[in-house]
Amino acid sequence: MTLSLAARGAILSLLILALFLAAWQIAVSGGGSAPAMDPEYAKLMGQSAVTGHSAMPGPADIARGLWQALRDPFYDHGTNDKGIGIQLAWSVARVAAGWLLAVIVAVPLGFVIGMSPLLGRAFDPFIQLLKPISPLAWMPLALFTIRDSGISAIFVIFICSLWPMLINTAFGVSSVRTEWLNVARTLEVRPIRRALTIILPAAAPTILTGMRISVGIAWLVIVAAEMLVGGTGIGYFVWNEWNNLSITNVIVAILIIGLVGMALDQALARAQAAVTFPQ
Amino acid sequence: MNSFISIEAIARRFGAQPVFENLWLGVPRGSFTCMIGHSGCGKTTVLNILAGLDAPDDGVVIVDGRAIEGPSLDRAVVFQSHALLPWRSVLGNVAFAVASRWPDAPRAVVQARARAAIARVGLAGNEMKLPAELSGGMKQRVGIARALSIDPKILLMDEPFSALDALSRGTLQDEVRRICTDTDQTVFMITHDVDEAIYLADRIVLMTNGPGARIGEIVVNTLARDRTRADLHRQPGFYELRNHLIDFLVTRSAALRDTMPPGHDNRHPPEIRLTPPRSTQETPCAVNS
Repeated sequence: MTLSLAARGAILSLLILALFLAAWQIAVSGGGSAPAMDPEYAKLMGQSAVTGHSAMPGPADIARGLWQALRDPFYDHGTNDKGIGIQLAWSVARVAAGWLLAVIVAVPLGFVIGMSPLLGRAFDPFIQLLKPISPLAWMPLALFTIRDSGISAIFVIFICSLWPMLINTAFGVSSVRTEWLNVARTLEVRPIRRALTIILPAAAPTILTGMRISVGIAWLVIVAAEMLVGGTGIGYFVWNEWNNLSITNVIVAILIIGLVGMALDQALARAQAAVTFPQ
Repeated sequence: MNSFISIEAIARRFGAQPVFENLWLGVPRGSFTCMIGHSGCGKTTVLNILAGLDAPDDGVVIVDGRAIEGPSLDRAVVFQSHALLPWRSVLGNVAFAVASRWPDAPRAVVQARARAAIARVGLAGNEMKLPAELSGGMKQRVGIARALSIDPKILLMDEPFSALDALSRGTLQDEVRRICTDTDQTVFMITHDVDEAIYLADRIVLMTNGPGARIGEIVVNTLARDRTRADLHRQPGFYELRNHLIDFLVTRSAALRDTMPPGHDNRHPPEIRLTPPRSTQETPCAVNS
């Protein structure tokens, strides 16, 4: 009996998951005996020290926590007690806003830079200098000039999404095959129509690659940015739960951050596949 | 000679090295001209200048009484690499050219015209396929359909069949010959296939080796106009013509580069008519143009 590669891969994945969960369960359930101590001191130390149980939640705790979080994701009991759905919506909205702003700036600018070797060279030093700066380093400057923490977070997303898209768009546009441009020239295609019907479709797969990298980075950065600015968002949620010492909720949030990031990446991968043409 | 295309004293240099200088050539209206020469003789450069994709450093090219200044829809190009847009279907590729030629035409007219051009090259039924789904020969047919769909005054072809296998090359040559003789299309084609030139061309322009290439001579094809590919090698005069062309490519193209015969006039390269073998005359005779 030979299963398809996909089926065998899936079975192996489940096996790895089961092994991981088992190892996790064993690691956290190690009872051990608690050292005898003064009852007053034991009260201060909390239950884990007294019973010898690990404070680290096990897989079952996480499953329970996940169920709790997903059962009512949109409740709002004030600043420090909102459902995970509301927090996620804030984060996704910030990423979407910053990323879309970056699309609006990076795609036309990348087009111009890619079309003009002169502008390409002129912009290159700035891009090379600004690209390696951690987006969070812009945060104080953003807070100082914008004076609004929410908009500052969006600005940070904008700035980190900009570079991959700018560089990829410029590269895609500058490497459109000469023969396709020659087709446009012999057909006397006007510049605007040439940009839209030849260069854009030819560069679209590369541009989408830049967009996909950007959205990935943006989702990485938003968590840290929201830990800094606070108030709302999944990053703030994680930090708030750390302050509450709710490791279960922290792990639940980590899982959900991963799932949303995967969904964003898959959405862009779909878009990329849609504009990719067989050579 | 009253030429439809008149190449007058063009030169093209890359750096200090001239690919060719002081090149003159006339192409009569409705004729099929093939240019043959070794790599590096500037054939493709001549074609690119005719297409307007490249500009000569000196001289001028006059088409239908007007000097060319860049590419034009009057001069359609069939590219060696077919240069189809891979994200467009066969119909989309041809319709793109039709819509460029007649920007105000309604969509239905554009589509109908594109379909007709596709049918003319024998690809009816493949309109919705993407170029990646086509064989090399079919792709080049689409390239030809795209070029013909805009009713060009001149069809320029840069070794259009060189990337194809022998079988599809043969059928495609038949198609091209049929279409071009039916419509009296003026064609300028580059090839390095002697048999292809003999089958297709009315006039065969022979280039000496580069750099500093010149037109060694122009051979007028005197084979019957109703020749077919199957009976080509039985045509009277075929072997004389073929041997003449091969002799030129093998020995004379190199020899002529070093020493042109006395009295060679770049402006009027010798025009050769090989007489059919029925006559006793065997030596080629130069005819002043």
